Amino acid sequence: MVSATSELRIPSVPELADGCLVLSHRLSEWMSNAPTMEEDVAMGNIALDLLGQARGLLQTLGDENELAYFREAQDFRNPVICELPNDDYGFTLLRQLLVDAWLSLVWPALAASADDERVRGVAEKAIKENAYHLRHSSAWVVRLGDGTDESHSRMLTALEALWPYRGEIASDAWYDVIEPILFEATLPKLPRDAWTQRSSADGWHTEHLSYLLAEMQSLARAHPGATW
Amino acid sequence: MVTAWQILETVPDPEIPVLSVVDLGIVRDVQESGDGRAVTVTLTPTYSGCPATEVIMRDVRTALEASYDVVEVHTRLSPAWTTDWLSEAGRQKLQNFGIAPPSGRTTLPLVDVGAPATCPHCGASDVEELSAFGSTPCKALWRCVSCREPFDYMKRH
Repeated sequence: MVSATSELRIPSVPELADGCLVLSHRLSEWMSNAPTMEEDVAMGNIALDLLGQARGLLQTLGDENELAYFREAQDFRNPVICELPNDDYGFTLLRQLLVDAWLSLVWPALAASADDERVRGVAEKAIKENAYHLRHSSAWVVRLGDGTDESHSRMLTALEALWPYRGEIASDAWYDVIEPILFEATLPKLPRDAWTQRSSADGWHTEHLSYLLAEMQSLARAHPGATW
Repeated sequence: MVTAWQILETVPDPEIPVLSVVDLGIVRDVQESGDGRAVTVTLTPTYSGCPATEVIMRDVRTALEASYDVVEVHTRLSPAWTTDWLSEAGRQKLQNFGIAPPSGRTTLPLVDVGAPATCPHCGASDVEELSAFGSTPCKALWRCVSCREPFDYMKRH
């Protein structure tokens, strides 16, 4: 269990890099499957931004391809919430809101104070990209939460399913970002001190990450060094 | 003599070929050696994941290698690229090409990406957003209420 600390905890570079990479892959799973063509394009764009951010961070840690394609699940440090399966579109967008809100705090902090100049550069660029993502995820959470009985019910289910996974990304500042949006979406305010899932800091993950990596890494592993 | 800047003005953005890399504002520095045989170019990418970035770096290198023995292309992330760096000529080229250029200046935090001033097809100002995301990271999809044509808007960024 992670204590939902009140202070924003600045993630390590591996934690942030893997979070962006894994979430990018999850979003890319919507391509050709999103509810509308516009959303298909949106998912592709957001996934691409996250992938670029992940690459910029991984490059500061070593060979980006080696790190992305040839590590095992227990070596990944992404916040566990990023690896959860997409479920329905409401779940995906609510998860996106929770992560976007976290990144809206993390990127400015890193841009101002990261030790590595390259990390500061990635963060500075990402601030604007993330602001756009947050606008999109907020709008959808409000639209679906305050939508039909069916969409509201699904958003409620998604919120209850995601809430235990906030431990690695939550802080007082984070609650302050998401709570007004959830309120506007007519979704309940869940307790800040409720139980949270353990973190990936010691290599613990849900079973879902292994399946995600199996797909993401299969080509690179079948054809090491392949280029096109 | 053709300068490195003049050569760079002939290198197009692969996704918006009416714009050169100079119009786009991504060329941040050009340093020639004293003997004029080596050149170092510093580029700032537009978006983190923009796939055009790697193509642009290769195209810039290829274009300069015709005139220089030694070409170095560096990437500089900070300060981050902004659409404020688009040249005036570039904005006009975008409009003529059918892409509405970003309106106004970028301010942080980026809560507002602006709205196209006019439809690039018919010039009417009655336009509406269809989708916040478009065919490339830098664009959103809009349409003209007057002539009914959809068009791309380069987001203020």
